[in-house]
Amino acid sequence: MSASTRRRAALVPYAMLAPGIVLFALFMAAPIVYTLVLSFQKEVVKGLGLGSGGKSLQFAGLENYVSAFTDPEFAASVGRVLVYGLILVPTMLGLALLFALLLDARRTGAKGFSRVSIFLPYAVPAVISSLLWGFLYLPAVSPFYWVFEQLGWEVPSLLSPGLVVFAIANIGLWGGVGFNMIVMYTSLKAVPQEIYEAATIDGASEWQIAWRIKIPIIAPALVMTALFSMIATLQVFAEPTTLRPLTNSLSTSWSPLMLVYRDAFTRDDIYSAAATSIIIAIATFAISFFFLRVVQRRAFGQED
Amino acid sequence: MSTTLDSTSTSAIVQREASARRREGRDRRAVTRHRVPVSVGSTAVLLIGAVYCLMPVAWVLIASTKDASELFSTFTFAPSTHLWDNLVELSAYRDGLYWRWMLNTALYAGVGAIVSTYISALSGYALAKYTFPGKGVVFKVLLMGVLVPGVILAIPQYLLLAQVGLTNTYWSVLLPQIISPYGIYLARIYSAAAVPTEVIESARTEGAGELSIFHRIALPMLAPGLVTIFLFQFVAVWNNFMLPYIMLGDDRLFPITVGLSGLLNQGATVPAMYTLVITGALVSIVPLVALFLVLQRYWRVDLAAGAVKA
Repeated sequence: MSASTRRRAALVPYAMLAPGIVLFALFMAAPIVYTLVLSFQKEVVKGLGLGSGGKSLQFAGLENYVSAFTDPEFAASVGRVLVYGLILVPTMLGLALLFALLLDARRTGAKGFSRVSIFLPYAVPAVISSLLWGFLYLPAVSPFYWVFEQLGWEVPSLLSPGLVVFAIANIGLWGGVGFNMIVMYTSLKAVPQEIYEAATIDGASEWQIAWRIKIPIIAPALVMTALFSMIATLQVFAEPTTLRPLTNSLSTSWSPLMLVYRDAFTRDDIYSAAATSIIIAIATFAISFFFLRVVQRRAFGQED
Repeated sequence: MSTTLDSTSTSAIVQREASARRREGRDRRAVTRHRVPVSVGSTAVLLIGAVYCLMPVAWVLIASTKDASELFSTFTFAPSTHLWDNLVELSAYRDGLYWRWMLNTALYAGVGAIVSTYISALSGYALAKYTFPGKGVVFKVLLMGVLVPGVILAIPQYLLLAQVGLTNTYWSVLLPQIISPYGIYLARIYSAAAVPTEVIESARTEGAGELSIFHRIALPMLAPGLVTIFLFQFVAVWNNFMLPYIMLGDDRLFPITVGLSGLLNQGATVPAMYTLVITGALVSIVPLVALFLVLQRYWRVDLAAGAVKA
């Protein structure tokens, strides 16, 4: 092999990576850097603020960050999302684990039908599922309110201000329980059957096996699904945005991302929107960091 | 501990599917040997879960047979006879705008996911099968990208694309969703596991070029894993609401999610829109659910099927 062909061979992996790296730089790295730059700027109005020279950009230091942290609307939206996450994540993962264990149990029937049915909502986009549930929450449409009415019960609408967080959490639960169930079920299926046989011979009941053997074995899968669910929780946007036309209980700053959207496009204040984005991104990073450490350690052992 | 940690990555799931499927076969044989009585309690709990998940789908199926007045007056699960009328009305809405939204969605998700899968495969393969200076840095930076929430990028992506005049075009929704750090991450794992280095070496000694080795030898071996990457990306694009919501102003470019959300908004003042929205929601999930059921087996991919056995 001549020196020039060897040099060309050395360039091959870079050439293969080039499209990915270019797209990464343009659509991920550049927007991040740009957001950072924006978050440290502000627009200052000179004189009456008219004409092209009426506004100028200035370095704002940490001003946008300080105002984001002291903004009661931002604090309120974070609070709502925390409540939403506290309702959604334990319920969703608890049910996903229950269903996964039942699918794995020898004495459960109708497994195929149930598995497909519970996984099916994963194929429905969040906007469509919010739309379907949104109608099912309307007392005039909902079958539950029909039952309540027959019983003569006065039940407040799920779309009322105090309950709307449950309404949104239910949409998240419906869309997410099946995917998490499949992740857990798959890792249950990978456990050698012999372990259970040995436990059965020792006289362990199905519940003891589930509690003492199966759950500890799939603990890493539980950690992962919990982290993914928490990250998704922070970013809730489509569900409350879709539900807004059906209720007065959802403000334009209901979730942190809705607040960012409103600041950037309704109020034309991209600078504070940028600062809020960075705060959300850093919070996401802080949560994800643990996940990264867990995954990176093991995944590439099989390479040359 | 190290083997159990492996099960945390979704990619590892794919590898485990193979053994899972083998074991399922074994289970079935075991069941025929000595039949276990079915437990009513646990079956019932699972069926309640299934009913909960199917209920909104059943509702939209029934609700789209009702006309505007029946929607809020008849019992929820009492079907009516207006499905065809509703479909005609939906198709007639602004000269078939709805069907345009469906085609747009297929374009964004379909073409977007195919291009994304190809680029992920190329990058993942390069990272798995070559040693070169800077490899570690490139991979670490890409891996950081997995953690960056796409929705947070949407606004700066909009501002940057606005400067080159690309907002409110097909490109503004297609291009930002082609790069998928998670896809590259999966492709690297698949390449490492499914493409034996010896096969590449022997193709090299026979004088094959590096790119043709990738296209003719590696891609076919990676095919089952690439279907999984494609599905993940397809669902991600189809699901993405915020990006097209921000990028697009012209409703002829909308994907179905943004279009229907806009219709629902109009319903607040024109309640007759509600039947359109409901029928539109039904029609939009039919192909999705069908595709999902048909490709269901690809959510469990057997990596061994793609590899050359030594």
